Amino acid sequence: MKNVVCVCGHENPVGTKICANCGRPLTEEAKSQKVLDMKYDGSAIRSKTYNKSIIDKVWNFFSSVKVGVALIIITLVVSSIGTILKQEAFVEAGNEAGRAAFYEESYGSFGKLYYNLGFSDLYNQIWYLVLVAMLGISIIVASIDRGIPLHKSLKNQRVRRHESFMKRQRVIAEGTVTTGDSSNTIDAVEEKMKKLNYKVRREGKALLAEKGRFSRYGPYINHLGLIIFLVGVLLHKFPGIYVDESMWIREGETRAIPGMDGYFLENKEFIFETHDNDPTTAQIQQGVNAVAKNYQTDIVLYKQADDAVPGQTDQLEVVKEYSIRVNHPLEHDGYALYQMDFRLNELKEMSFQLTNKDTGVSLGEVAIDLRNPKKEYIIDENIKVELMEYYPDFSGFNNEGAPQTLSPNPNNPAFIFNMITPEHPDGEISFVAIQQTVEPTGDNTYKMAFSGIDTVNMSGLTIRMDKTIPILFVGGFIFLLGLAIGSYWNHRRIWIEQFENGRIRLAAHTNKNWFSIKKDLDAITEYAHLPQYIDQLDDEKETENDEDKKEES
Amino acid sequence: MSLIDLSGTLLEVAFIAYLVATLLIGGSIKSKKPDGAQNRANKWGRIAILVTIIGFLAHLGYFITRWIYSGHAPVSNMFEFTTAFGMFLVGAFILIYFMYRVTALGLAALPIALLIIGWAAMFPQEVTPLVPSLQSHWLTIHVITAALGQSILAISAVAGLIYLLKDVDTKKKGKQRFWLEAILYFLVLIVGNIVVSTVFNVAGYEAQYSYVDKNGIEQQIIYNVPAIFGMNESTTLTEGAMDPLIEVPAFIHGLKLTTVVWSIIAGTIIYILIRLITRRRIADMLQPLVKKVNLQLFDEIGYRSVLIGFPVFSLGALVFAMIWAQEAWGRFWGWDPKEVWALITWLFYAAFLHLRLSKGWEGNKSAWLALIGFAIIIFNLVVVNLVIAGLHSYA
Ligand code: HEM
Repeated sequence: MKNVVCVCGHENPVGTKICANCGRPLTEEAKSQKVLDMKYDGSAIRSKTYNKSIIDKVWNFFSSVKVGVALIIITLVVSSIGTILKQEAFVEAGNEAGRAAFYEESYGSFGKLYYNLGFSDLYNQIWYLVLVAMLGISIIVASIDRGIPLHKSLKNQRVRRHESFMKRQRVIAEGTVTTGDSSNTIDAVEEKMKKLNYKVRREGKALLAEKGRFSRYGPYINHLGLIIFLVGVLLHKFPGIYVDESMWIREGETRAIPGMDGYFLENKEFIFETHDNDPTTAQIQQGVNAVAKNYQTDIVLYKQADDAVPGQTDQLEVVKEYSIRVNHPLEHDGYALYQMDFRLNELKEMSFQLTNKDTGVSLGEVAIDLRNPKKEYIIDENIKVELMEYYPDFSGFNNEGAPQTLSPNPNNPAFIFNMITPEHPDGEISFVAIQQTVEPTGDNTYKMAFSGIDTVNMSGLTIRMDKTIPILFVGGFIFLLGLAIGSYWNHRRIWIEQFENGRIRLAAHTNKNWFSIKKDLDAITEYAHLPQYIDQLDDEKETENDEDKKEES
Repeated sequence: MSLIDLSGTLLEVAFIAYLVATLLIGGSIKSKKPDGAQNRANKWGRIAILVTIIGFLAHLGYFITRWIYSGHAPVSNMFEFTTAFGMFLVGAFILIYFMYRVTALGLAALPIALLIIGWAAMFPQEVTPLVPSLQSHWLTIHVITAALGQSILAISAVAGLIYLLKDVDTKKKGKQRFWLEAILYFLVLIVGNIVVSTVFNVAGYEAQYSYVDKNGIEQQIIYNVPAIFGMNESTTLTEGAMDPLIEVPAFIHGLKLTTVVWSIIAGTIIYILIRLITRRRIADMLQPLVKKVNLQLFDEIGYRSVLIGFPVFSLGALVFAMIWAQEAWGRFWGWDPKEVWALITWLFYAAFLHLRLSKGWEGNKSAWLALIGFAIIIFNLVVVNLVIAGLHSYA
């Protein structure tokens, strides 16, 4: 493709809107503007230049700010849909069927639809990830597409600009000095601009004063930070980078820590404290009588000796003792254990007497550990109880009559026992739940008579390890840094030229904050007696004097 | 006087000061006489700012004394958070005032702050003890920075409102006129809420009901306004109290719905009265006050306040929030409704900034966007806290 040759003789790449050398507008569009679009003055943007191959088309799609904004808005709207109903992550149901039922029961047919459309787990849907990925691609493409030409145009700035460039700036001035001799005007401007911390370049009687150029790179720096952050988030999907496990541990128990090989944890005590305040209005209104003050698990962390058999608990070395509290996790070796949940007085053990229904005589007692039930409980040689099935959180029978469990937590234990007794060496089958016994044959001789429960406090801990944290941190930091650079500083440029006859032409541009550049202009105008500038975008009818006059008449 | 009483008094002082300052600004702008009008306006304007600053210092005094008394940053329940938001809003107004020296901004900023503080006062004001998850310095840092960012962002809506009051032609029928009036009507509804709550409070209205909650557990609740909507399966416990007119299912909170409906009734009555007495739209009434406003300047103020507020909001509502969430729960992000709405707010203002890069999205359109942004912030404060229950829910 041919370059565009400007009247001044300079060759500009195709797509350039404003000549890089003299600043003349090159396109018809630019020529028709009262105020030039100064974004990437003097350089071509790739997406505005090529539009032939499929790659160009994809590139142009993602580089468009309109598309970028559309993607941001779509992400925003879609995200809000996920807050209409509770997300699945906050629903306490053991399995898929339970969750489906939850949405239908709690929110009716709308809830069912919501669940079926996948909105109940919206942020993990593949299309949501695709949306965010497209946003990321858009940021990358747009930044490359515009960043490079911007950098070029900022580096190759000429001091002297053509009249057609100067006159198409938003703030301009033209005329003679208001008082005194005009031979030193440009020197005076230079002196004053330097005092105002501008970088000043001169070419004879032409001058370019510039300030805060680095702030133009702010958006590109913040976009880079965003991309690094997004990459960090994506890495969570790869194995070995992220651990998210949870465990329940009873007081007095020592257990292997899931996801943290070779480590064991002992729960010495779980502590729950409440504030002893007088109930507040809010508490009374909601019928709450105590406000929680502290959830704490006192633990001992053990590590297995290096030569130990995996899973064995006899060669444990104490690593540390700690009190895990909310906001104060146990941290070790890149892992952290968080206090997440607790159960006070959780059912621990249930005891039954194997009893003859007619005589009421017991053949012996069976105590079942509800978290770790055994297959078989032997009372003596020919008396034993087999635990055929166990439903820790029994929730009724399904359509086929099979018992169901909601969760693995022993909230409402139910059992199918096979009772082997001298009278029935093949056993008698009995379904036992709290206050409910079902016998398939209906005429058992023996029953499992409930005789007692034992409870204990349990602590629910979460184990997390996240190797991406440093990446996220760096990304976040770069993002904020770029944001501050782009927002709290701005790029101001003032061009001034004095002609043979002493007349002065001035033009000023800033990417934001016109208020402040005008203050700078006021200062040099007064100091060097420059002609008064005007803001071409200020509508004539807006000026205050006119308004006042109208009011009076 | 105990520290907590002093704190309450300081808040009242702040409220009155803002009220006085609003009137002063209104007066300073309205002065019409040709001779030295500019000077007089400046003088009254300066006094108005001085009074605003005094109010702000009193407000800050409330915040600090309450902090000392309760031992934690007073941002832990609806009353405290909303009051602090009002304080930051005034602070942001003062900041922008000293950058641009336009008192007219206070014309919208101070009444909105007054409404926010007045609305906050309708919530229980006792000091509440902190639940474990709130006992973290990161939480304090996060909430304060996020609220500060939101209030600076809100200034863009303040500037936008003034811009539109001048820019929208209220003589001609149209969408813009309709929506502008709708916004002002909404502000009157907040007044309605304050009036209703205050009236029934002074009258000492109280009725107790029992109901069955979402989990099928029987609970009790006290209504301070006559029950239009009853809770799920409610029974009236207080003798002689009226039975709810309509009963709602368990996933709707009957009391909150009742309060909303009462506010709408009262607010609408007030609005109709205003219209009947003045025979004008509220926008028409306000228009003379903003006649001299320079639209270019207010557009720039709107843009600048988003530019200043956006990084602060990003820092507080996203970065600090993630650091705290990582510390409290081991995950920097959990898609809790409050988190999602912080993200939505952030995305919205990102869109706002990018739209301004393209032509045609400055001025009028930008002002409307700023108002939508403020609506999202208020939604996040009100609806997400009170209706969509999540980890951050205050009620
Ligand atoms: C949510 C994600 C994003 C954030 C937080 C963000 C942030 C920003 C900020 C703060 C600015 C500076 C705006 C101003 O100074 O007024 C900016 C500029 C810009 N952004 Fe983004 N951005 C995001 C996504 C995107 C996307 C998807 C695109 C793709 C088209 C994009 C393209 C641009 C461009 C072209 C600029 C102008 C750069 C310049 O002035 O030279 N951004 N961005």
